[in-house]
Amino acid sequence: MNQYDAIVIGAGHNGLTNGAYLAKAGLKVAVLERNPYIGGATVSRELHKGWWYSNCSYVSSLLRPEITRDLELPRHGLQVVSFGGGATFMRNGDYFGNYSDHDRHYRELARHSKRDANAYDRYAADTSLQTKLIRPYLLRTPPDPTSIKPRDLRDLLEFARSFMDLGEEKLLDTIKFWTASVGDYLNEYFETDVIKAHMAGSGIIGTALGVYSPGTAYVLLHHYMGDVDGNVGAWGFARGGMGAIADALSKAFQSYGGEIICDANVDEIIVKNGRAAGVALKDGTEYRAPIVVSNLDPKRTFLDITNPSDLPKDVLKKARNFKIRGSSGKLNIALDGLPVFNGLDPRNRLMAGDLHFSDSLERQERAYDDWKAGTWSKDPYLDMMIPSLTDPTMAPPGKHMMSVFVQYAPPKVEGREWTDEDKDGFEKSVIDQISNYSPNFRDLILHCETRTPREIEAEVGLTEGNIFMGELTFDQLLFNRPFPGYAQYRSPIKGMYMCSSGTHPGGGVMAAPGANAAREILADLKKPNTVPGGYADD
Amino acid sequence: MSDVSRDTMLLTTPFHSRVEAMCDLNDWGNWMGYTTPNAYFDVELEYFAIRSTTGVFDLSPMNKYRVTGPDAQRYLDRLITRDVSKIGVNRVGYAIWCDDNGQVMDDGTIFRLGEQDYRICSYQRADDWLAWNTLGFDVTIENESAAVVGLAVQGPTSCTVLTLLGCTDLNQLKPFGIAHYTFEGRPMMVSRTGFTGDLGYEVWVPPESAEALWDQLFELGRDYLIKPIGSHALELARIEAGFLQANVDFMPAEEVVRVGRTRSPFELGLDWLVDFKKPLFNGRSALLKEQEKGSRYRFAMLDVEGNKPAEHSFILKGDKQVGTVTSAAWCPTAKANIAYAQIEMPHGAVGDELVAEIYYQRELHWTRLLAPCKVIDAPIFKSPKRWQTPAPPH
Amino acid sequence: MTDYDAVIIGAGHNGLVCAGYLAKAGKRVLVVDGRSDPGGCASTREFSAGFQVSDCAQWLSQFDQSIVKELDLKGNGLRLGQPKCTISLQPDSDHLIVDGDTISGAGVDSADQAAYRDFKKMVAGFAKLMTTLYRTRPPKLVEQNWTDRLTLMKLGLGLKLLGRERLRDLMRIVMINIYDVMNEHFSHSALKSTIALDAVTGTNMGPRSPNTVYSYLHRATGEHLGQSGTTQVMGGMGALGQSLAGAAEKSGATLKLSSRVSAITKTDDRVTGITLDSGETVSAKIVVSSADPTTTFRDLLGYDQMETGMAKRVEHYRSRSGTAKLHLALSALPTFKGLEATQLSQRLVITPSMDGMEQALNPMKYRELSTLHTFDISIPTIEDPALAPAGQHVLSAIVHYVPYAPDIGWETGKPQLLSQLISELETYAPGIGKLVMASELVVPSDLEASHGMTGGNWNHGELSIDQALMMRPFPGSTQYATGVEGLYLCGAGAHPGGGLQGLPGRNAAKEILKRGAL
Repeated sequence: MNQYDAIVIGAGHNGLTNGAYLAKAGLKVAVLERNPYIGGATVSRELHKGWWYSNCSYVSSLLRPEITRDLELPRHGLQVVSFGGGATFMRNGDYFGNYSDHDRHYRELARHSKRDANAYDRYAADTSLQTKLIRPYLLRTPPDPTSIKPRDLRDLLEFARSFMDLGEEKLLDTIKFWTASVGDYLNEYFETDVIKAHMAGSGIIGTALGVYSPGTAYVLLHHYMGDVDGNVGAWGFARGGMGAIADALSKAFQSYGGEIICDANVDEIIVKNGRAAGVALKDGTEYRAPIVVSNLDPKRTFLDITNPSDLPKDVLKKARNFKIRGSSGKLNIALDGLPVFNGLDPRNRLMAGDLHFSDSLERQERAYDDWKAGTWSKDPYLDMMIPSLTDPTMAPPGKHMMSVFVQYAPPKVEGREWTDEDKDGFEKSVIDQISNYSPNFRDLILHCETRTPREIEAEVGLTEGNIFMGELTFDQLLFNRPFPGYAQYRSPIKGMYMCSSGTHPGGGVMAAPGANAAREILADLKKPNTVPGGYADD
Repeated sequence: MSDVSRDTMLLTTPFHSRVEAMCDLNDWGNWMGYTTPNAYFDVELEYFAIRSTTGVFDLSPMNKYRVTGPDAQRYLDRLITRDVSKIGVNRVGYAIWCDDNGQVMDDGTIFRLGEQDYRICSYQRADDWLAWNTLGFDVTIENESAAVVGLAVQGPTSCTVLTLLGCTDLNQLKPFGIAHYTFEGRPMMVSRTGFTGDLGYEVWVPPESAEALWDQLFELGRDYLIKPIGSHALELARIEAGFLQANVDFMPAEEVVRVGRTRSPFELGLDWLVDFKKPLFNGRSALLKEQEKGSRYRFAMLDVEGNKPAEHSFILKGDKQVGTVTSAAWCPTAKANIAYAQIEMPHGAVGDELVAEIYYQRELHWTRLLAPCKVIDAPIFKSPKRWQTPAPPH
Repeated sequence: MTDYDAVIIGAGHNGLVCAGYLAKAGKRVLVVDGRSDPGGCASTREFSAGFQVSDCAQWLSQFDQSIVKELDLKGNGLRLGQPKCTISLQPDSDHLIVDGDTISGAGVDSADQAAYRDFKKMVAGFAKLMTTLYRTRPPKLVEQNWTDRLTLMKLGLGLKLLGRERLRDLMRIVMINIYDVMNEHFSHSALKSTIALDAVTGTNMGPRSPNTVYSYLHRATGEHLGQSGTTQVMGGMGALGQSLAGAAEKSGATLKLSSRVSAITKTDDRVTGITLDSGETVSAKIVVSSADPTTTFRDLLGYDQMETGMAKRVEHYRSRSGTAKLHLALSALPTFKGLEATQLSQRLVITPSMDGMEQALNPMKYRELSTLHTFDISIPTIEDPALAPAGQHVLSAIVHYVPYAPDIGWETGKPQLLSQLISELETYAPGIGKLVMASELVVPSDLEASHGMTGGNWNHGELSIDQALMMRPFPGSTQYATGVEGLYLCGAGAHPGGGLQGLPGRNAAKEILKRGAL
């Protein structure tokens, strides 16, 4: 009997989180997954014998600790290991190292500019202020500013108060931060190109904007607001790859009695008498439930698997206008040994962090120009990691696994679909760039998986391969995510909900959208809430 | 392996070989990224060296900035809250600087080395702020932190020891005065300044002179019972003598993240350093407003009953919590139990009687103690030697 | 006793408006300007013997109607031309004509025509709302007093009246880019780029840049305030300056032209007057500057006369621009493909597609010359023949995507760019090059020098959200008063910003009077 209390479409981390909280409340829940394996973009795959790739998302910081603890993910096998540091290699053979130790970091900054080294403390304080403002809202449903419901008014007032408490000047500085380009923002602190470029990277990752585009300072914040064990802004690896997060979530879900059904490709959400009634698969199978939760991005949810006649016109229009822009690609590389980079001892601890090669804002902006023109960046911005320096399970001893996130790659090449030749060209631009800074790199490559937006979309189902399931610009954040009026996880169809990264607070393997959506669903069902609140963050 | 060894997290000062040799306890701390001794052999004995013989403290990690150029004085006058013109050539002045909101960024000493030639010596780094302040001024700022190293030589026999080192007529040097000497062919500057409230000097030399200076000081001072002192002993002395410490008694304004955690000079009891007669200085208009509207906090020195240091204590007025302690110590010379506290207005006026909520443990047994305390109007330790000229021989 | 109650720096339109209102209130006002004619950017200049051109602003569309009435500008000689339509020139000569809310030509289909009417209606709704905010001092958000609260309440009411859906639209689009908004509303490429042009001209942005919707709304709000349509001023823009000067003088203000202010004088802790280049000093109770914030604070007052945090804010204030002016003296009326001679007096624009505009922007970011530009063309001599010798004409064009300082330098760059621009014009007006008797290319750095606008930015500072409304020009100097006692702002660097609106001047005067500063 295919009858459930709730069906969640998509076994990514948010779908599993959502399912877990619904199941924990006693609901009979099924999570349907199109692929033969779970995880969505939170996945580890052995694509080369002995090497495990976190072949989509590759680092963890934003995963809400409240959820990790509440769903007992460590007991279900999840271990998040902090990594420190990183470096940007420069064209002149030098590098800028980003040390996690404050004093060492100061000295490295001072090696490039004493003034910048000192300004960094001011930068860190100002940026922390912004993360402190936003963090309390991660595990909460955003209020609707156009609503006059007491709950919305109360939440809105509280939201407004936390900003008013800043005082006039800091409030205006906050607005400035939220609207500025990461380039202009960093220019107010630093004078050295490589230092600005190193930091600006976080402002463009996963985003179809350049470092000079207003709004990118917020994207930087989005990468800073996570934490590992309370260290705000720190990033870590999930031991065994990002799939370990999905695995632990699935075990938690199953421990509450939830059921995961793979190879279940949803064709349409069944709506009866204006209410969600279940889903029909492409193979004709039907699953029935009065609650249907979509973990697909808003475009797929409303334009692909919902019958347009079931939706109000404005929602169709809003879904069409929702901005999901493919802007990134990925290379996962099996290496026969550790590559050597110009100027840096391979034993240096910076090697275990995030590595980059764009040493000026201008180079990053030019990479964006290529994307605007509909092609991949000839001189791309790379966010490169060697997780096997931290996690011994990723590659055989002495061998290494490298994850290279590439910005920018367009969803379509000059208006047409990606071809295999395009993919080769894209791959070449990345390998060439790394080789420019690492003489032995090319010879170490045993296997390379190259993923353009085409592959990411086809396999994971992220529209245009956008990692955040929708641009992180202010028009699509908070009460605007995914669209104004629909930011509280409810779709216009009764019984149908959204829980993907396309809802507040957005992408980045946070699991917060899944949890927040579960809280709303349980409230509608008048069931006791099972979703934890956020830790006080003082 | 070269890069990895260069990667050592902490630096050492030019005195390190000597400091390390004397550091029996091998008890180290991190000060501004430098390996510095917390204590050499016994905190209490080191402390008494300051008060009864001579204690030597390595000041090298302090930040030093040289300010020169035709506008140097005007530049400083806008930067700091007091009137710079009142600091004569070869004199030193204690100063604080604020942001535009009148919140204290740091304190430090201003050494006037010539007509338009100053050195700022500060606890915090200030490269960025000092650079911003150059806008509109014909002035050059040079970070001299590595080029000038220093030892604080503090205590009743310090003048005698330094005189033996060749500091002729040092006993004639007035408090906050500067004298210039040569040491082994290199310049040596001695200022009658310090953080201990006692007779004492700070000796400034280029790093090349460091080891020889240390060696000779300890050689010549042996009969005058010279001792090295670590940061714990200095901490005791500075609390006793009434000196504030950035990051302990107040947060440098630019590094504060949370709203309301900065402090104005008035809230730190530093009114005497604010000179409204100057038409312009950073924070002036905000401080004028504060003077009119009143401050949020008062800085209070508390004489706490009993002998348990009121470290991290809450301060109560009746049942109400009205403040917290920032620094506290049992002062061995004054035989007093002193605490610095930030007290919410209107409490904390001199003579106000408050209660310190102290927690202390003996053999893992924790005790909560409500110790009455009283706001006093001046530091508990006042050494007449600090102000005497000529300086007494011991 | 001071020489004057108020000295106003700069006889630009905002300075004169402010002077007019203060003088009308009976105050003793002096306006000083280094240029020989009043008007600032509302100026006419003989750029070649016998040829006059509005050498900075060329169109009047946003001038606040209440100022025209209250200062009786018509009585002081202001004469406007006929309202213009916009003709967007197409390579195939099937031009796109935008007249009010109707669109014709270029094969725009009825869906887009209807969409345009809807779009204009939506924008008009937003513009009306913004008017509430534009015609008053910008409210403070935290340290509000009753005036601010009233403004915020009016604004809140206006938002409510917009209706829930429109409010949601506004919440979403105000922070995004014109590129997306165009794509959401229209399918016709030239229609999109023609509208987008208004969002980027005068800025350093491309249509894809977030913030461009705000700059578009700013312009639309101006048009809502102006109600005049796009027109030319008879006698050139300088005539607007003359009428404003006349109005101010009639009310008793004194104008001192050809006198450059060299410094704002401070005595103790307040501003007490100005010093002129000649060394002459003038004392006043207050000084009101219509110069841009950078010029006012950095150059005239001096960073050493303010607290450091404020100096830092001035340094961070951004005034980049990519807009230049091209002036051509033509021996005869040029021929544009597909246009009747009578149509040449309209506003003619040339713009590549929105993606093309982005491509045009790229080189500018790297201090290089672009091979693609947008043009906003006026041939004022058709309606106003007196500006040129009989039978001859002036072409004035606002050209966008010109760098401030190209790496190759302007000496090499200018002739190169000039011939590039004329060849771009040739595509639409074959043979125009042969008619050119004299030409002048005014690049952003020239505008900076001639009109004292930092960066050549005619908005006196970029109109991005973080430098607009209650943040203009920067925190601490937002309600026309600055962080320095006795010094006020009344130029486009103050709320509500640039364009020939006159509101900063009017709002500043009202605020000064209300505060009892005089």
